[in-house]
Amino acid sequence: MNIGNILATKGSRVITVHPEQSLKEAIALLTQHKIGALVVVDAQNKPIGILSERDVIHAADRNGDTVFKQTVKDNMTTHVISATPHDDLQAVLKTMTEKRFRHMPVLDEGKLAGIVSIGDVVKAQLDEYRGAIDTLQSQL
Amino acid sequence: MTLVGTETNPLRVAIIGSGPAAFYAADELLKQKDFAIEIDMFDRLPTPFGLVRGGVAPDHQKIKSVTKVYDGIASHPRFRFYGNVEYGQHIKLIDLKEHYHQILFATGAQTDRRMGIPGEDLDGSHPATEFVAWYNGHPDYRDRIFDLSHERVAVVGVGNVAIDVARILCLTPKELAETDMADYAIEALSHSQVKEVHLLGRRGPAQAAFTNPEIKEVGELEDADAITLSNEVQLDELSLAELASLNDRSLNKKVEIIQSYAQPRSVSKARKLYIRFLVSPVEMIGSDQGKVCALKLVHNVLYKTEAGTLSPKAIDQFEQLNVGLVFRSVGYRGVPLPEVPFNDRYGVIMNDKGRVIEVESKQPVIGEYASGWIKRGPSGVIGTNKPDSVETVTHMLEDLKSGSILQPAQPEVASMQELVKQRQPKFFSYPDWKKLDELEVAKGQPLGRPRVKFTSVEEMIAALGK
Repeated sequence: MNIGNILATKGSRVITVHPEQSLKEAIALLTQHKIGALVVVDAQNKPIGILSERDVIHAADRNGDTVFKQTVKDNMTTHVISATPHDDLQAVLKTMTEKRFRHMPVLDEGKLAGIVSIGDVVKAQLDEYRGAIDTLQSQL
Repeated sequence: MTLVGTETNPLRVAIIGSGPAAFYAADELLKQKDFAIEIDMFDRLPTPFGLVRGGVAPDHQKIKSVTKVYDGIASHPRFRFYGNVEYGQHIKLIDLKEHYHQILFATGAQTDRRMGIPGEDLDGSHPATEFVAWYNGHPDYRDRIFDLSHERVAVVGVGNVAIDVARILCLTPKELAETDMADYAIEALSHSQVKEVHLLGRRGPAQAAFTNPEIKEVGELEDADAITLSNEVQLDELSLAELASLNDRSLNKKVEIIQSYAQPRSVSKARKLYIRFLVSPVEMIGSDQGKVCALKLVHNVLYKTEAGTLSPKAIDQFEQLNVGLVFRSVGYRGVPLPEVPFNDRYGVIMNDKGRVIEVESKQPVIGEYASGWIKRGPSGVIGTNKPDSVETVTHMLEDLKSGSILQPAQPEVASMQELVKQRQPKFFSYPDWKKLDELEVAKGQPLGRPRVKFTSVEEMIAALGK
């Protein structure tokens, strides 16, 4: 299974935010869409960073009450590791676990095509194992 | 209005397709204690089970035994099968909306992915999926002709379809005779002149998609030797590091089996099955008559992508492999269904975890769902479709509870039955299929074969005197 199989069932929807938007707006987007991270894109829709719940928490700790007025730009993670639809599930899971992050934007021929969370990847991996077990059991 | 999903007003669900994903979804729906649900399952073929009948290799009968589970599901009193009834042809979306609260598409992936290299469409270059459908007796493919008079054949890919095709090409008449392969295919393969089969993988042994039993099996064939090249099966630094960190016993074993085929030994069997790694075809070379006569291969090395996958990268080293027949096995792909939003990038129905969605707005299309390969693309084994279908059914039930379902004008079993009879008088019910099944098995018995398949719809209709 690869990342493409995950994106295929997500309708390739990505919620993005612009660097100048406020954290207040970003938090609203996270809540509204029940997601854990936003891809930060520039005017050309090119990904330039990622803003996760964890980034927001860190911003709150640093800024206290003024956190909502902060911009996305000042609090996003700019060193972003991206995947492509061809990446193996297991490799992505290993990279996320080792480097301790939970969201990976997916670029297809350089264009933003989706985002996968560690939850998506773990579920896909679990389904794969469950499927293999079920197949073996049906042959007993 | 009475509630939908009760004994007096059951939820009526149409399932298009009758492969594993269709049956697992039916099972999950019929198991519901809180709702009464009725299933009508449609297939364009008279026979059910999709790729279990038409894809799984005919010498892998144990895998096909999963149909016993599907028989059990089909025996439910609220389950009906309409075979030989094609969506878009006999029954259109508007008809389904007239008769059902929910429609689930589980049509699988019916075509092959393209390689996108020059010469791909030369005479003698075929999608492996067509060869598989042909030897499995799929009515749409029985008239295909594969020129088995060539001595050298290439199979591009190292997934389970590729290895099935390579193995089938290496079977002896005796091995073939024990299978439920279509008679015409047994006849053709028994007279095959093929001496060498070259299985071509882009990546290394540690990344091969086939399973351990599959790679082990090709080492135990009656009259074919499995051979790997020692320079291709020595793992590179990246693969070694990956193997060490995964510490996955079955993967280590796979690599060990692959490497054992590179050991010098006597290879005296009539056929040779070469399993190659780190090569990609970049061109198919044709003869003056437009027939494929060679593949130009580029050699690859592995590199690690940002996300951590070991991927192939071409180096400036080429090789010409002379072959007269090529099977391209780089993956199945779904085909669009009439009036259903399609995601062309992934070859699937546009969906959000099984709910069909509009292409632009990404809003759900009420009452329409997808599961299996037409939902996620081709991946996993038969059983992988179970959790996949369960996910879709979970959303179908959520939508039933929230009232987000179709409002059919004629939700009665009889009215749909009447319509099917009108549009396709020669439809096959599940009892009809069971009769066909018995006839096939009975024909196979004196020959010591699991079954002898009917391979045309006309034969099936005639057999039942329809």
